[in-house]
Amino acid sequence: MSTILIIFCVLAAITLSTAFLTIFSRNPIHSALYLVICFFSIAGHYLLLNSQFLAIMHLIVYSGAIMILFLFTIMLMNLNKENEVHKPRITRLGAIVSFCLICIVLILVFINSKPIIGEYVHTGEDYQSIKVLGHVLLNEYMVPFEFASILLLVAMIGAVLLSKKEKTGK
Amino acid sequence: MNLALLLLLAPFLGFLFNIFFGKNIGKTASGIIGTGTVVLSFALSIFFFLQINQSHQAISIQLFDWIQISNFKVDFGFLLDQLSILWLLFVTGIGSLIHLYSISYMHDDENMHKFFAYLNLFIFFMIALVIGSNLVVLFIGWEGVGLCSYLLIGFWHKNQDFNDAAKKAFIMNRIGDLGLLIGMFILGSLFSTLDYATLKTAIAGATDLNIYWISAAAFALFIGACGKSAQIPLYTWLPDAMAGPTPVSALIHAATMVTAGIFMITRLNFLFDLAPDVQNIIAIVGSITALVAATIALVQTDIKKVLAYSTVSQLGLMFLALGLGAYEVAVFHVITHAFFKACLFLGSGSVIHALHGEQDMRNMGGLKKVMGITFITFLISSLAISGIPPFSGFFSKDEILLVAFEHNKVLWFIASLASLMTAFYMFRLLYLTFFKEFRGTAEQKSHLHESPSLITFPLIVLAILATIGGLISLPTNSWLNAYLAPLFTKTATEAHHFGTTEYALMAVAVIGGIVGIAIAYAKYIKQNQLPAEDAAISGFAKVLYNKYYVDEIYDYLFVKSTNSLSRFFRDQVETTLSSLVFGLGKVTNEIAFQGKKLQSGSIGFYLFAFVLGLCAIVTYLFLAQ
Amino acid sequence: MNNILNEIGIENYIFLSTILFCIGIFGVLYRRNAIIVFMSIEIMLNAVNLLFVAFSTYHQDAQGQIFVFFSMAVAAAEVAVGLAILVSIFRNLGSIDINNLKNLKG
Repeated sequence: MSTILIIFCVLAAITLSTAFLTIFSRNPIHSALYLVICFFSIAGHYLLLNSQFLAIMHLIVYSGAIMILFLFTIMLMNLNKENEVHKPRITRLGAIVSFCLICIVLILVFINSKPIIGEYVHTGEDYQSIKVLGHVLLNEYMVPFEFASILLLVAMIGAVLLSKKEKTGK
Repeated sequence: MNLALLLLLAPFLGFLFNIFFGKNIGKTASGIIGTGTVVLSFALSIFFFLQINQSHQAISIQLFDWIQISNFKVDFGFLLDQLSILWLLFVTGIGSLIHLYSISYMHDDENMHKFFAYLNLFIFFMIALVIGSNLVVLFIGWEGVGLCSYLLIGFWHKNQDFNDAAKKAFIMNRIGDLGLLIGMFILGSLFSTLDYATLKTAIAGATDLNIYWISAAAFALFIGACGKSAQIPLYTWLPDAMAGPTPVSALIHAATMVTAGIFMITRLNFLFDLAPDVQNIIAIVGSITALVAATIALVQTDIKKVLAYSTVSQLGLMFLALGLGAYEVAVFHVITHAFFKACLFLGSGSVIHALHGEQDMRNMGGLKKVMGITFITFLISSLAISGIPPFSGFFSKDEILLVAFEHNKVLWFIASLASLMTAFYMFRLLYLTFFKEFRGTAEQKSHLHESPSLITFPLIVLAILATIGGLISLPTNSWLNAYLAPLFTKTATEAHHFGTTEYALMAVAVIGGIVGIAIAYAKYIKQNQLPAEDAAISGFAKVLYNKYYVDEIYDYLFVKSTNSLSRFFRDQVETTLSSLVFGLGKVTNEIAFQGKKLQSGSIGFYLFAFVLGLCAIVTYLFLAQ
Repeated sequence: MNNILNEIGIENYIFLSTILFCIGIFGVLYRRNAIIVFMSIEIMLNAVNLLFVAFSTYHQDAQGQIFVFFSMAVAAAEVAVGLAILVSIFRNLGSIDINNLKNLKG
């Protein structure tokens, strides 16, 4: 067992356990914090796969921006109480059944497709440095890139409008 | 060519004028215009007749290509040959006289302009029927005259019985028309043409004719002729058609339209000659029709019904001649019959006019004194139809009997019996109407009068024609046979060798006629009998009086069964179908109602369904193989 | 340098992201708190992103990572709008229990 595999196993264990804890903790603040850890471990996976730029981006966007937003929202709504009423038993049962079902189905799909996975090739080419990514992003994916900026702009305007509307209504 | 077009279109213009402006210009003017257009056609017919009689050349006029589908071609054209000109002459000639008659006869009717419009339209269609150069043009005319017949029978449409009679005539004709159409289809598919001249050459030139299909076509065409010319089994409409005004009965249901079937068969004689079986059927049907109709006519009391059955009977004789291949004889009888039957109908119209609508002979009598001209013309026509020399009917009927005797003694016997009966019922009619004392009401008696000259003039002309009409085809020197000779493939026109047999037959026929008259004289003048009241009729006479119950049988066989079938469909099938359809609707409704509950609005449930669906799709796409 | 996947194996990544994705689905179905549901959705998105990167390495191609960038942009936009909606729902209803959100009922 190589070091890298050990690191992978540790990271995977952290990812899965924090993801579970995110869902099962009653306090939303705790959930959010577990989720931050989960995102960090995923960034670790990225680093493991040698995608440093992506890892940094992931940390900035998810752990930095999105999770802060979540935390702010939770604070804003004053939801840091464990007052959530549990769903009826039948709903929980349905959730568990469908969880198992989709797990089995998807894993079966991947097991089925195993023969397709061939040898791992190593071309030696640089494919994930900032330089290469920037080239690809601003040449081949120029138009989607610009559209992404428009999307973000629209989302920003929308968010502002949605939050503000209530105040003008009053 | 232009003249031929004018000949055809003149009555049509009269129709258009009368239908649009007739109401405004007054009754007499509309009548005069209606008559004038027909007289114009008559004059043009005479012109063409003289031309053809001199040149012996048929005039063929092609107006335009009408239908062309691959090698099947129909032109819109006219064929003016000996046969069509002959028909034109008496259609337009008698048509003119009857138009003239109608000016006076219909003068009290508020819709007189409409009447003249219909009459003109009828003449137009009849001309189209006669002069068309192919079967399709003939068919246009054929349907058109059927339509006009319908319109005119139901002319007094406020009476429901008359409407029913009109519908009956139309439907009966439709059955025949179907036969005609099928015949046309067969001919069209066999020879790719419906043109008379082309058909004739095609049939003459063909080496491998399928005789079964030819026979089938001939039979189908004969069915068509049966419908139009009122033969068994499609004859029942003609007596009912007497519901129309009397001039209509005279023009359409005695002289012209009902002879269309005979015209068509004569026109296609080359075809019928190839189908001897069909010819036999025609002869048998014709003779039976002649006999059956004559027996019914023996006991009828309605003056027009007697004449109607007499017409059916005479048409039967014509079909007998056609079936025996003696086309020129049939044509001859058509012409003489047109003269004396038109005269008889117009005479009966004159009587009815004088009696203000009374048609029952039991309420007539003694009209000889007041209606002299009518009586004399009626007498002449009756003598003619009874086959008494030297009137025209004698010659034509005698020729039919002669031909029948040559071919088949049984047919001759039936035909002779029918003509004996003819003599009897015609003189029964004559005696009951004109002799003895008047039996109507006193009020009618005070109004008795001779009809005005507009009515008597056509009567006189027709009576003269009925007298001398026989001259066109004397037994030994027949102008008509020579005139028509180019039409027929068979040389049936050889001058009859006149020997003792022929003279004996002639004598038998005349004696038969005289016997019929004598019986009528004995019964209604000597013994002074009157036909019994409706309720008192019994025995075989009752069967005859009720026309062998044919109407009832048809009613039972076709009308009732169709009705019950319709009722079955309405009550059983339709309810089943509709309950099925409505049931489907209900099921859909119910499913939708239940399905609505699925859409609960609960996001959790939606997500659950979404995940299950995703599982199903993934399973199907990746695992199902 | 070797392909890193020689030592880990792509199937391990596949299993990891599958399980992560299923956890996300489970969270969506299991919880009633809309915020947690949102977090579950983020987990699902990240599972997919992880798989993208793994396959990008497997194919030695940058395109997979480009897709991750776009999905991050979309996720950021989605969270921004979604949280704004949640805030406004909370203001209106005083709760973000998704069982109370039944206005979609037909």
